[in-house]
Amino acid sequence: MYIVKHRKIFLAGSIILIGVAIYALFSFGLNLGSDFTGGTILEIEYNTSRPVMSELKTSLDALNLPSLSVQPVREKGLLLKTKVITEAEKEKVDLVLSQEGKSLFTEKRFSEVGPTLGKELTRKGLIAISLVVILIILFIAVAFRQISAHHMQSWKYGIVSIVALVHDILISAGAMALLGYFYGAEADALFLTALLAILGLSINNTIVVFDRIRENLNRHSSNDFAEVTGISINDTYVRSINTTLTTVVVLVSLYLFGPESTRFFSVILLVGMVAGTYSSIAVAPSLLVSWEAWQRNKALAKAKK
Amino acid sequence: MTKIRFWAIALILAGILIGYFNYYSEINPQWSFYRPFHLGLDLSGGSRLIYEADVTELKPADVADAMSSLREVIERRVNVFGVSEPLVQTESSALSGTLQNRLIVELPGVTDVKEASKMIAATPELEFMVEGATSTPNSEASSTPWLVTGLTGRFLKRSQVSFSQNSLSPSISIEFNDEGAKLFAEITKVSVGKRVAILLDGQIISAPVVREEIRDGKAEISGQFTVEEAKTLVRDLNLGALPVPVSLASTEIVGATLGSEAAEKGVEAGLIGLLIVAIFMILWYRLPGLIAVISLSIYVMIMLAIFKLIPVTLTAAGIAGFILSIGIAVDANVLIFERLHEELKKGKALHDAIREGFSRAWTSIRDSNMSSIISAAILFWFGTSLIKGFALTFALGVVVSMFTAITITRTLLLALNFRGRAGVVNFLFGSAFFKTLK
Repeated sequence: MYIVKHRKIFLAGSIILIGVAIYALFSFGLNLGSDFTGGTILEIEYNTSRPVMSELKTSLDALNLPSLSVQPVREKGLLLKTKVITEAEKEKVDLVLSQEGKSLFTEKRFSEVGPTLGKELTRKGLIAISLVVILIILFIAVAFRQISAHHMQSWKYGIVSIVALVHDILISAGAMALLGYFYGAEADALFLTALLAILGLSINNTIVVFDRIRENLNRHSSNDFAEVTGISINDTYVRSINTTLTTVVVLVSLYLFGPESTRFFSVILLVGMVAGTYSSIAVAPSLLVSWEAWQRNKALAKAKK
Repeated sequence: MTKIRFWAIALILAGILIGYFNYYSEINPQWSFYRPFHLGLDLSGGSRLIYEADVTELKPADVADAMSSLREVIERRVNVFGVSEPLVQTESSALSGTLQNRLIVELPGVTDVKEASKMIAATPELEFMVEGATSTPNSEASSTPWLVTGLTGRFLKRSQVSFSQNSLSPSISIEFNDEGAKLFAEITKVSVGKRVAILLDGQIISAPVVREEIRDGKAEISGQFTVEEAKTLVRDLNLGALPVPVSLASTEIVGATLGSEAAEKGVEAGLIGLLIVAIFMILWYRLPGLIAVISLSIYVMIMLAIFKLIPVTLTAAGIAGFILSIGIAVDANVLIFERLHEELKKGKALHDAIREGFSRAWTSIRDSNMSSIISAAILFWFGTSLIKGFALTFALGVVVSMFTAITITRTLLLALNFRGRAGVVNFLFGSAFFKTLK
């Protein structure tokens, strides 16, 4: 009952978090990677030792590559980013990097994404996410149709679950913007994958709570929606926390021992998981209760007239 | 009771067998069921080249045909490299109204693509030109004004080396496709008595005089070839006639060390994480927790076997989807156990509590997983290859996890149903570390 009673505090907490996320998204923006914008990434590792960075930079600057950035990676590696370049330019870059054959290196990764492919990833990602949202509302409206006999129609549950979803996605994206700003994390295709995973789990969590509300509405004699919702939260929060805990353990392990390429990925998933659990326990049920109360007050006011 | 215990043992044995299959099919190439994991380029190292095809000159109805013959031509070229398991596929997608046609070439293990990309996109360009103004029979070919006819290697059906009876040097006979034959007939019709030049990569290799209209779409190039030259030329022409011009849109190369490093570390991290999850489950849920661990192990074995058998190409995103699905599988068990506790707290007998717990947990498992499957299906349908990889393993995982939760966990729990003293039941089925049920 605690959450339902103090739902305004919990909702306020969420609103503050979302505010921070939106602020971060607008003022720092996402550090979009070449997967989305198109561009070239080259990662190499020198066989013996890396030449002096400043020297490399000066000779690379002389090539006049569009929006070039070079940074050292670990002891012997180097990461170079620029826009799409021609083959001839690539050969020149190789020549500079190897100091005309004096410092040999191996190419660990080279990726060049044309701008149309990048646009397509963005577009397809957005279409997919919007379709998911619409179908989930429909699915909940149908799967929970019996619930419409009590207090609220089932599609309202669908809307609330989507609000919870947007909450989770916004907070995760905001976290990505912060990571990008402070640690140079790049929002690449893997980030999109993380968002998709968060999307799946967020709905999963919310539905478990809704399922319990559905069951309790059918079983309990109480006609107080807030009370039934409170009981349902009590019934499910151990499960929600335990499930999240197990996933968090795997993600922390992925962060600590996993490959470097999935480091930010695991951080974003962690943020999304925690936000998702919070929203399924605190945000979605609170919104339902508030919506139901508002609906009832409106009906009362109408009846008085 | 005996029956259910029999099934429980059968399930565990099946799990062990599948695990053995997974192991043995990985290490023994001689075995007839040798099915190693299919690792994506990002994990195994290799390169992916994406070409954009320029179909602006084709009629919309012909695009699909042209793309599939493009795929065939490129596949033939790629096979020349001797790369193991290359992949050539076409993809079309609408972007802001215009249809983009792409060709994706994946070369596992190849990290130097300079040569490869040249050979893939390069076209030995065959061209036919006709003499412009009538010239004196003895004039040099280079000073003749040659007119473009539009007849190119695109219309080539096949070429082969042939030996004419009255000359020792081989010639090359070419055959046009229907469209090309028509064009060739027209060209020869209007230029009887003139010369037609056959150019390869801009060089005139032969310029015979046309004696009559040629209707059957066949022509012969008789230059001064050696047998070797003729053979190479025929190969290039056959491999070479790209039906659609292509340009490189994206290159992705992952060094072998980076890929295997990522795969190894990912697996290691996953194992450590799962081990901690297993310990947590056993400490928190005790006997049911142990059962969950067994059931989840069987789940993982089934998934790995599915990856091998379909086969699913495992990428970093795909593995992320799989790990997430393990989370969902754990969740199904957690949901069941929480319900089981509730029923036990109400004072139900263990057997009834297990059955009741399952049926109550089932609706939430079903509905929450259905929503996951819906999202995965859409992502698979709409996504780019990376998103598809994620969606596929995730969806498979969710479906299989529903199955393992309701069959394996359930059977094992029911098999353990015993009439012990209440204290023992309370301890074994209690939860939250050291609390018993009452």
